[in-house]
Amino acid sequence: MNLSKILKNAFLVVIIGLIVTACATKKSVKTTPTESTTTTKAAETQKADPIEKLDALMQGDVYIGTDTVGELASGVPDRVFFATNETILTTASRETLRKQAAWLRQNSDVTVVVEGHADERGTREYNLALGERRANAAKDYLMTYGVSSDRIKVLSYGKERPVDSGSNPLSWSKNRRSVTVKAN
Amino acid sequence: MRKKILLLFVFCLILKSSISYSLVEIDITRGNLDPLPISVSPFFADETSKEKIKKNLNIDNLGQEISKVIENNLRKTGLFDTLDNESFLQQPDIAHLKPRFEDWALIKSQVLITGKVTSKIINEKDYIRIEFKLWDVLGAKMVDGFSLTTVPTNWRRVGHKISDKVYERLTGERGYFDTRIIYVAEEGPKTQRVKKLAIMDQDGFNTKYLTLGNELVLTPRFNPTNQMVTYLSYFRNMPRVYLLNIETGKQEVVGDFPGMTFAPRFSPDGKKIIMSLAKDGNSEIWVRNLETNIQEKLTDHPSIDTSPSYSPDGKYITFNSDRSGYQQIYVMRSDGSKVKRISFGKGIYGTPVWSPRGDLIAFTKLHKGKFFIGVMRTDGSGERLLTENFYQEAPSWSPNGRIIIFYRETKTDDKGQGFSAKLWSIDLTGYNERLVKTETDASDPSWSSLLGN
Repeated sequence: MNLSKILKNAFLVVIIGLIVTACATKKSVKTTPTESTTTTKAAETQKADPIEKLDALMQGDVYIGTDTVGELASGVPDRVFFATNETILTTASRETLRKQAAWLRQNSDVTVVVEGHADERGTREYNLALGERRANAAKDYLMTYGVSSDRIKVLSYGKERPVDSGSNPLSWSKNRRSVTVKAN
Repeated sequence: MRKKILLLFVFCLILKSSISYSLVEIDITRGNLDPLPISVSPFFADETSKEKIKKNLNIDNLGQEISKVIENNLRKTGLFDTLDNESFLQQPDIAHLKPRFEDWALIKSQVLITGKVTSKIINEKDYIRIEFKLWDVLGAKMVDGFSLTTVPTNWRRVGHKISDKVYERLTGERGYFDTRIIYVAEEGPKTQRVKKLAIMDQDGFNTKYLTLGNELVLTPRFNPTNQMVTYLSYFRNMPRVYLLNIETGKQEVVGDFPGMTFAPRFSPDGKKIIMSLAKDGNSEIWVRNLETNIQEKLTDHPSIDTSPSYSPDGKYITFNSDRSGYQQIYVMRSDGSKVKRISFGKGIYGTPVWSPRGDLIAFTKLHKGKFFIGVMRTDGSGERLLTENFYQEAPSWSPNGRIIIFYRETKTDDKGQGFSAKLWSIDLTGYNERLVKTETDASDPSWSSLLGN
């Protein structure tokens, strides 16, 4: 694929993406990750089979609901969610992590473990690596907001510890997560 | 794709009568549609031996049990049709001395296996001596056989050794019956699986659990040269690669790494372990020499590099990387140089495992929401998908490179119920897919080498 084609596709994709979001129609989720940019993801979303109404719970294929979310401290959510095969932090994830960082700065004696998780739609070993990457994405963000690295351990569980045992895109989106857990 | 495979492999089994042996032979390089009729006459034991053995093992008719082991092994290859004992006309003891070939030809048997079990006392200890003969019914002669003496509890292994001999003689390839499979036994709800290392004979018998399930364990792999195993354990919440001696039960962590080590595999000479080290969000492939304790980084890339597997000559390593943006299969020299991507088909590719014959790499592929187990040549050409399912991965080769064992997970229903994980095997030809029975749910199988003596 040459550059002009990529740009053209990306442009189309953005438009389609906007239409999809504007109409708030049924959203569907790809199950086969093939590209790493968010723009092409939107295109796949468009192509894939529609599954169920997930409007309120997923954006793209990132979980935005709250039913599995616990608290690191009062008013501080403990987890953030990722797109399939992705380690990029969404706007909502960054907001959550800033809250975690603020709380950790106020409670400087607390140390945490950031657990990284993947969904079941990947090979075990790759998912272990992916979980580690996700946990580190969260850790790096906490560090950017003033939490020292020696207070944050990371632990990847790959796909070994799902919170939702379903075999559907919504369940998988809840399982693609990093969870910040108090270690002391 | 599947159709193509079918076309390629829809050939009849060829039964040749070679001049030198006049023995029927099986060509197993092709798909098998017409299994060879074979009779396994129950192994004969005299009354004194029977009594002794009954006392030792509490088995009434050990000869018959050994025949069953052999029958079961041969039938499961898909290459043999083991005939029903009810149809046998000749008594086991006489058949073993000199078969009446007309009787066996009458029931359409082309090959006959007979045997004899005798109890023996050596240095005041009980032993069993097992004798077996392989007969060519059409050529009307004995073509192979052996006898061996062992402790009574070893009787199943004798059945496997006889199976290996028969398989080797009739197919011209090495057998794989006197082998074991190590795997992860799983129990409990999907969100809180308890996992233990387990080992069993290739045919599912003699299951033993090697860990208690207190910590998560994953991906055990055999050393191809001995009975050592390497695996991943979450002992003390520190995921690290471990080494386990399955004879002594001794475990030790492999190396001293500053992060999670995972995806271990032995080198073909058994002296090194390759694995991934994940640190600061980046996974690289490392090798550790178990004799010199020197560890060395082989890849250097900000992407995920994992699932390494050596070629049987030890000169190359195939591995999984997402450096192109998503998971693909790569090959490099064993010093980490000359990295080359080999998978270019549609979808993403993982878990490459080099065949013990050296000519193929087995892999897992995810395409359009389906998981496939397939093989490709080591340059990435000739991709063949053997089986498709909702979820399956982790191929492991039988030591003769004919069969691939892997695990498969089921889709849960709307309520998240109905999850299971099972071992399956499939022939390299894409035929003869079989559930490998295990006491519990199971995953991450690894096939041992032939056990030797």
